[in-house]
Amino acid sequence: MRQITYCDAINEAMLQEMERDPQIFVYGLGVPDHKRIFGSTKGLVEIFGKDRCFDMPLSEDAMSGFGLGAAINGMKPVYIHIRADFLLLCMNQLANMISSYRYSSNGMLKAPMVIRVIMGRGWGQGHQHSKSLYSMFSHIPGLKVVLPTTPYDAKGLLISAIRDEDPVLVFEHRWLYWQTGEVPEKSYTIPFGQPNVLRTGKDITIVATSWMNVESVKAADILEKRGISVEIIDPRTIAPFNVEPIINSVNKTGHCIVADNDWVEYGFSAEAAALIYSKCMGNLKSPIARIGFAFTPCPTARHLENAFYPNAINIIRCIEEKLDLSPTDLTGEDFYSHENRFKGPF
Amino acid sequence: MCLGIELYKKMYLIRKTEETIIKYYPEDEMKTPMHMSMGEEAIVAGVCQSLSHDDQVFGTYRSHALFLAKTGDVCDFFAEMYGKDTARLKGKGGSMHMCAPMSGFMGSSAIVASSIPVALGAAYANKRAGNNKIVATFFGDGATDEGVFWESMNIACLMKIPIIFICEDNEFAVHTPGTERRGYSSLPDIIAKFNCNVLKGVATDVEEIYQTTMEGINLMRKNQMPVFLHFKYYRYLEHVGIFEDFDAGYREKEEFLKWQSIDPVSRQRSNLLSNGYDEKEIENLENEIDLMIKTSIMKAKLSPFCDAEELFREVCR
Ligand SMILES: Cc1ncc(C[n+]2csc(CCOP(=O)(O)OP(=O)(O)O)c2C)c(N)n1
Ligand SMILES: [Mg+2]
Repeated sequence: MRQITYCDAINEAMLQEMERDPQIFVYGLGVPDHKRIFGSTKGLVEIFGKDRCFDMPLSEDAMSGFGLGAAINGMKPVYIHIRADFLLLCMNQLANMISSYRYSSNGMLKAPMVIRVIMGRGWGQGHQHSKSLYSMFSHIPGLKVVLPTTPYDAKGLLISAIRDEDPVLVFEHRWLYWQTGEVPEKSYTIPFGQPNVLRTGKDITIVATSWMNVESVKAADILEKRGISVEIIDPRTIAPFNVEPIINSVNKTGHCIVADNDWVEYGFSAEAAALIYSKCMGNLKSPIARIGFAFTPCPTARHLENAFYPNAINIIRCIEEKLDLSPTDLTGEDFYSHENRFKGPF
Repeated sequence: MCLGIELYKKMYLIRKTEETIIKYYPEDEMKTPMHMSMGEEAIVAGVCQSLSHDDQVFGTYRSHALFLAKTGDVCDFFAEMYGKDTARLKGKGGSMHMCAPMSGFMGSSAIVASSIPVALGAAYANKRAGNNKIVATFFGDGATDEGVFWESMNIACLMKIPIIFICEDNEFAVHTPGTERRGYSSLPDIIAKFNCNVLKGVATDVEEIYQTTMEGINLMRKNQMPVFLHFKYYRYLEHVGIFEDFDAGYREKEEFLKWQSIDPVSRQRSNLLSNGYDEKEIENLENEIDLMIKTSIMKAKLSPFCDAEELFREVCR
């Protein structure tokens, strides 16, 4: 099948959906400028014009309410932020208005809007340009939260998000933009609440979100050489979060690691662990482990950044501990860094 | 030493430091996104010259100039760009988040407009303490799109807080011109409706900026109303990074050339010469600064990184 990048998959979803539904419009800081949100909005302003693809003043909060207003009046706004950190300026509209408009109108009004968000990382982005934050939004009833990992997911989940009748936040990891994968040309959707099994295995289950799937696959590849078989499940949407396939997997393997692209404390990994415990207690051979960012603001110097972000090595060491294995010799293994990005298909 | 020379030294230090960044950045050792100050030197040097050492400034992610003008500490500057142990921040901040409170540089933020209300609170604390410290908050034209800017203006005027707002207006927020972001034509005209002192200028004559700022400070001392300074300038380089971007199509190179012909740094040098300064003397000062920059960057390159445990130090617990 055709291989395209994650970025092009997003772009194609936008193009096809805007073609299909004239009520869709896309806006946000820099959306029509020459950089085109890392390329993900290219072609849109040329094809659909400035009425349906536009820039805005630095007025994130107001433009969130603006999207809501347009949505309850029948339009389909897609609002883009190049950093998740900027979502915090929209918090009032998101948490007090957008999330609850349907409920507080008792269903007479709906807010079918999409908020596309890019999570930054690397090259000294620092504490104000690198947050993930998706767990915060999952905590709020009324907001759907989607985390595409593969190019296939990026297209299918974005189309589902656009067609959804409720507000959906789509969090895209900056490092995933470069990877390629099989993506059908025709339009398709991926239902929310359908985890993707990236790899089947029998010894241990990893639940991974976003970029951490890439690290998990790397860890699994390395351990496979020692005969360890790792099952990797990507929930793809964390609100709604369908834990059933994960429970089945953990009941089979008896071990579970939640590798989240975020801080561990009070986040998705805690929610996942609690749900898994509630159904797998008797079958667990070791406590559920959680892997995530160091619980500090993100520093800028590379060596501190490396200490901040978990990677495949942390996952490998954690698996070794659970399965009582001697440390794997990692000499000669290549790991991902800002310079050495993941590009190929899974 | 004379004012004109002091101003020139500040600007020369800033310009040369950034030229040094341009030279070394491609080595990929300064791993921090650079929002360059080139073009805005006169604003920052002029305003900082009118402040005392204890006065306080707040900046944005585009604060190389402000940091150097307020602290003069090019050693700490490069140590932080390289993320080394010898930097006060030890690599926790990088180019976008600098801090040197002992010299009145109270921080810079990469969330647009977010330090404006913080500066306001700092100025309020100074007012309450009766310490006569002035607070100056620097921001771009894009920051004035944000609600928090207008709220802060209103509060400052309402509470008669001694603060200087400095809008460094380069007409662009990243690549978006003011005409595509504003539903009004003149920012200073609107600000003038607030109970504050509004002064403005075109920002390449550093002595004029210094005089304008002094005038603002005197007015503020007299009438207790905040000062709003509006200065136009031209951003020489791309929004972030060390290159020109005139081929991107959103602005014209001709415009740059117009501004370059009144470049603040060369303009001040010519001013000094036409006011009878000895060129040799100027060159000596320039050589001293060149040497200081060179030593600083070499020291930064040779310094060690901090230990990884530093990651966990100074987190609020
Ligand atoms: C709240 C917020 N929104 C968006 C951004 C992304 N962003 C970074 S700089 C910038 C433009 C700011 O323009 P201006 O205030 O004029 O400053 P300049 O870069 O021109 O110095 C934008 C939109 C951000 N950092 N913070
Ligand atoms: Mg600007």
